[in-house]
Amino acid sequence: MLYRENGQFKTSYRADQQVFPIAQDRIAIGLLLAFAIVVVPAVAPEYLFRAILIPFLILSLAALGLNILVGYCGQISLGTGAFMAVGAYAAYNFQARIEGMPLLASLLLGGVCATAVGVLFGIPSLRIKGLYLAVATLAAQFFTDWAFLRIKWFTNDSASGSVTVAGLKVLGQPIETPVQKYLFCLGFLIVFAALAKNLVRGHIGREWMAIRDMDVAAAVIGIRPVYAKLTAFAVSSFIVGVAGALWGFVHLGSWEPAAFSIDRSFQLLFMVIIGGLGSIMGSFFGAAFIVMLPIALDLLGVTVGFDTALASHLTFMIFGALIVFFLIVEPHGLARLWSIGKEKLRLWPFPH
Amino acid sequence: MGFFLETLFGGLMAGMLYSLIALGFVLIFKASGVFNFAQGAMVLFAALAMARFAEWIPKGLGIESKIVGNLLAFAAAMLVMIAVAWLVEKLVLGKLVNQEGITLLMATLGIAYFLDGFGQTIFGSDIYKIDVGLPKDPMFLFESVFPGGVLIGKEDLYAAVIAAALVAALSLFFQKTATGRALRAVADDHQAAQSIGIPLNRIWVIVWSVAGFVALVAGIIWGSKLGVQFSLSLVALKALPVVILGGLTSVPGAIIGGLIIGVGEKLSEVYIGSKIGGGIEIWFAYVLALLFLLVRPQGLFGEKIIDRV
Repeated sequence: MLYRENGQFKTSYRADQQVFPIAQDRIAIGLLLAFAIVVVPAVAPEYLFRAILIPFLILSLAALGLNILVGYCGQISLGTGAFMAVGAYAAYNFQARIEGMPLLASLLLGGVCATAVGVLFGIPSLRIKGLYLAVATLAAQFFTDWAFLRIKWFTNDSASGSVTVAGLKVLGQPIETPVQKYLFCLGFLIVFAALAKNLVRGHIGREWMAIRDMDVAAAVIGIRPVYAKLTAFAVSSFIVGVAGALWGFVHLGSWEPAAFSIDRSFQLLFMVIIGGLGSIMGSFFGAAFIVMLPIALDLLGVTVGFDTALASHLTFMIFGALIVFFLIVEPHGLARLWSIGKEKLRLWPFPH
Repeated sequence: MGFFLETLFGGLMAGMLYSLIALGFVLIFKASGVFNFAQGAMVLFAALAMARFAEWIPKGLGIESKIVGNLLAFAAAMLVMIAVAWLVEKLVLGKLVNQEGITLLMATLGIAYFLDGFGQTIFGSDIYKIDVGLPKDPMFLFESVFPGGVLIGKEDLYAAVIAAALVAALSLFFQKTATGRALRAVADDHQAAQSIGIPLNRIWVIVWSVAGFVALVAGIIWGSKLGVQFSLSLVALKALPVVILGGLTSVPGAIIGGLIIGVGEKLSEVYIGSKIGGGIEIWFAYVLALLFLLVRPQGLFGEKIIDRV
């Protein structure tokens, strides 16, 4: 009954076209942000930050990036881990090789490098699509896995490709405690989510969706497939690259190429599928779900009394079964369920 | 020269094994248009089933003879794979008829994860041995031609022969039997095949069972070579470029693609890899396939069914 838009009249296009046209949504988002920025840092225990919140924030950023490519532009990618790795290692190189490089700049430049690599491996998408593109992106995955392990220059001559960063500082503020890290990642996520939301609402987002829905028809009405696809690859891998840099710098602190293996790529793809293809909101749902499910199963294992190996196998099974379930029953994922819920709520309790 | 030949033969043998897995991909793609990402998981699942049944059945029934035990285990594992095929058709593919290729691909990714988890839950997740009596000792060829000759694992040779036999049998099955004809009809056009009375569902169960059989054979060979363990399901990722190279719809393509990738991998590792840091095996096949895609997207022997953009 509270969630109702009676009496909210739009008198300008601006008001009609805004991201959250319903006042209650705006209030809810504002409250949620206030809760995330003010309340959570004050009350949450340290374990929660380390194990759930920070991974959730960074992975939802990566899922957001992947969703632009897979969900909005319809180009499948199994190489997300590779683009994350490029972002992380490029940012590391900027940080390690250039004296006095600001952290923000190296993170963003890491994203720029990931963009370049993303566009490079996106070029095959101009001639091939679907399964074939999946193989092309897999090539990116295996190639970067190898490159960061074997080419010593990328890792500043460290053994086994493992690198460490320490003493992170942004604008004079140290990023060391979990709360600071959390707020840092949250800031990134908010900015990028707002940017992504507005991109997909705009001209270019509509081009992506046209290409996704039917590329030939899109080309006929004057959308350049080359431009649309490559921009999708560029934007997507930029966001994924920044997420990768954050994952390495903020979450892990020291990492090796295995942190961005093919499992990471699959994990992100699962987030996008379960959360909802073609939905910004869905990326958050998917990331939350996939970050928390293994932890929940582990906890369940501790209370019920099965061992961690079984818990990890169960995780595999549940992921697999859920992927199939969502593809069959609800291809738009959790985000669709959410919006169905909202629709119902608008009419509740008198659905006629 | 001897060293070159040795690398070459090593590559050919490895390639034969890749072909075995690639064969599973091709069969399913031909008959149902599904790019089966779960082939690797099926190999692992089948190998796990085989390894464990070979342990359990002789113990449970008190059979002494190793051959009988292995045969029974093989039969049991095959039954399990048929059950998997039936369930996949019933629960997944049957519900996703007429969906886009990408959706189906992601669905098989889900199947792969499920099978990985399920197999390790019921069969255990240690490293198991499969011993079907493949000889392990190496042998030497051309000893009269080169000093020292060319070293070849006998096991690899047997594996190659088995793979070749399998391909011949499958080609016969596809070309000469009524079921094979039905399979090819379904591959050409689902609707037309259905309209002349070919039961689509049963065909899919059959083709997934055949792919399960291929997975079982590949699993036994790989398993007896490397031991049955989780990394077996990653071997399938190696077979992807093979299929791309050979063409998604061609059985001979899978074989030749496998050989090219196997040889290319070994030779490049030896002659290029040593110059740029080594370990290039893991991406060489992919980059080769990628370059190939740009020039000839349908692969060496595939049909031109790719939609160009």
